[in-house]
Amino acid sequence: MSLRIVVAVKYVPDATGDRHFADDLTTDRDAVDGLLSELDEYAVEQALQIAEAADDAEITVLTVGPADAKDALRKALSMGADKAVHVEDDALHGTDVMGTSLVLAKAIEHAGFDLVVTGMASTDGTAGVVPALLAERLGIPQVTLLSEVAVSGGKVTGRRDGDAASEQVEASLPALVSVTDQSGEARYPSFKGIMAAKKKPVEALDLSDLGIDAADVGLAGAWTAVQEAAARPARSAGTIVKDEGEGGKQLAAFLAEHKFI
Amino acid sequence: MQSYGPQPVSRQLPTEEARDLLALTRDLAQREIAPGAAAEEEAGRFPRETFTLIGEAGLLGLPYPEEYGGGGQPYEVYLQVLEELAAARLTVGLGVSVHTLACHAVAHYGSKEQRAEHLPGMLGGTQLGAYCLSEPTSGSDAAALRTRAARDGDDWTIDGTKAWITHGGAADFYTVLARSGGEGAHGISAYLVPGDAPGLSAAPPERKMGLKGSPTAQVHFDGVRVPDTRRIGEPGQGFAIALGALDSGRLGIAACATGVAQAALDAALGYVLERRQFDRPVADFQGLRFMLADMATRIEAGRALYLAAARLRDSGQPFSARAAMAKLFCTDTAMQVTTDAVQLLGGYGYTADFPVERYMREAKVLQIVEGTNQIQRMVVARHLAGPESRG
Repeated sequence: MSLRIVVAVKYVPDATGDRHFADDLTTDRDAVDGLLSELDEYAVEQALQIAEAADDAEITVLTVGPADAKDALRKALSMGADKAVHVEDDALHGTDVMGTSLVLAKAIEHAGFDLVVTGMASTDGTAGVVPALLAERLGIPQVTLLSEVAVSGGKVTGRRDGDAASEQVEASLPALVSVTDQSGEARYPSFKGIMAAKKKPVEALDLSDLGIDAADVGLAGAWTAVQEAAARPARSAGTIVKDEGEGGKQLAAFLAEHKFI
Repeated sequence: MQSYGPQPVSRQLPTEEARDLLALTRDLAQREIAPGAAAEEEAGRFPRETFTLIGEAGLLGLPYPEEYGGGGQPYEVYLQVLEELAAARLTVGLGVSVHTLACHAVAHYGSKEQRAEHLPGMLGGTQLGAYCLSEPTSGSDAAALRTRAARDGDDWTIDGTKAWITHGGAADFYTVLARSGGEGAHGISAYLVPGDAPGLSAAPPERKMGLKGSPTAQVHFDGVRVPDTRRIGEPGQGFAIALGALDSGRLGIAACATGVAQAALDAALGYVLERRQFDRPVADFQGLRFMLADMATRIEAGRALYLAAARLRDSGQPFSARAAMAKLFCTDTAMQVTTDAVQLLGGYGYTADFPVERYMREAKVLQIVEGTNQIQRMVVARHLAGPESRG
């Protein structure tokens, strides 16, 4: 039977652009170009590699976001994913991680899955908790922050690299994995892939399709709120240590003073 | 919101798929090609893996039919891809142009069997091509070539030396023009020779002024046996095949030149906005502003000219004169603009720490290859005033 993989991705403001908050302290999406989060490209890549290694697999790429978020889906489809699901609803504006994980979970159940693959975090919110929330809502095991991942014999296995040790982890399917930016560079779409992507199906859903109450999402339904945002203050000039034989000690003293060592 | 400083070139493209293709090209150019360009050019390193990468992305067969693995794109689109690649690194842009030229004979004159056998690899990116027309003693006078092809049973035996061969020694296949009959243009035939054919060898690459990452070498043919099934077109049709590719090749060089010029303008523009003298950016000074304006105007005029020629080609009309004009104008423009860019950067522009001196060295070769600019003027003049009388 076909291995059903769902990759949850996010459409984010270009991290290399000049990013701002909107007046209601949500992400300003108008002033800067959006794209498929670079951290999610790793998830798409790993899903493609898993699918290529499997006899029979189908990749659905899923996003929750405004109309432009289709661009993120197209990118993933042009890389090689088979079909897409786009959840779009005006009531979703300002949704936090709790609401996002709720909508994603319902959409993943709707799509049908054996394996959910996500990135390690988004490049805009960078909360990094959606994978765990999602697994919890779906009631499936989670193996997160993997730098290597493979599927065989009804199990997903992988390696999680920590500061002190590398762990080999596994879970039986259905399961959720998140992959890090160390899992391997994402491929470029080919021109043929881009053309083929235009013909691949994108299913559009709104909250009512998923049976979600609008009160549970959006700014009003959020468990967290941004109270205030300010631009990062300009960097101060810093301290220059001139080495006159004691430079190393001075550097160490500086680091110790600021509790880095 | 109006933005100043170097910007992506705004382009009029015929289809959404062409817009996506240009976006993919820019992505590859910025992330994979431009970053290593300066160091690799200085080291004279040929980026074979870059050709593999852009081949996988589908950029090595853009103007050829999808049926054989090509991209099915008009020249109007293909050339703008070339321009972007050349702006990132001329070695790559020019290499794609030469490869595309090397595919031309099989794609347009090959039999159905030859196209089915060879084109998928050539257009699909696994095989990199070279084009062997020039010889040490025949450049502009190409019909005087002396490399011999002699019939021997079911094979041909090729003997001779080809010169100025881009990808010489690095190519997987060589499209070779050789003399199979008598003197003159009608004694020439075309052959598709595998890069690993016994008797085929490349001399050490020429030590060039610029474009050092792209190997240019003499290629020796010493009794190279080629089966008759690798002869392209009829015996004696070779020169016509070569001429058929020439006009298209010139458009490729025009696009590459426009890319180099644009890269030089972008570098100079970025510099003059940052560089301060007399308590203001030097971009404030009108003498420099006028230089920028002239550079940008010439580049845009060149782009419009090569695209006008490309659209003639795409609509099946004669485009030979327009292609010669585009090659002439765009490469002269590149020489002028890159020279001005060095001037705008002052002493820094003359150092290898900034890219503009490299662009200037690269522009020079574009006035020479694919027909010198003197030859281009002859072509244009012949379209205006007819052939010169010999009396």
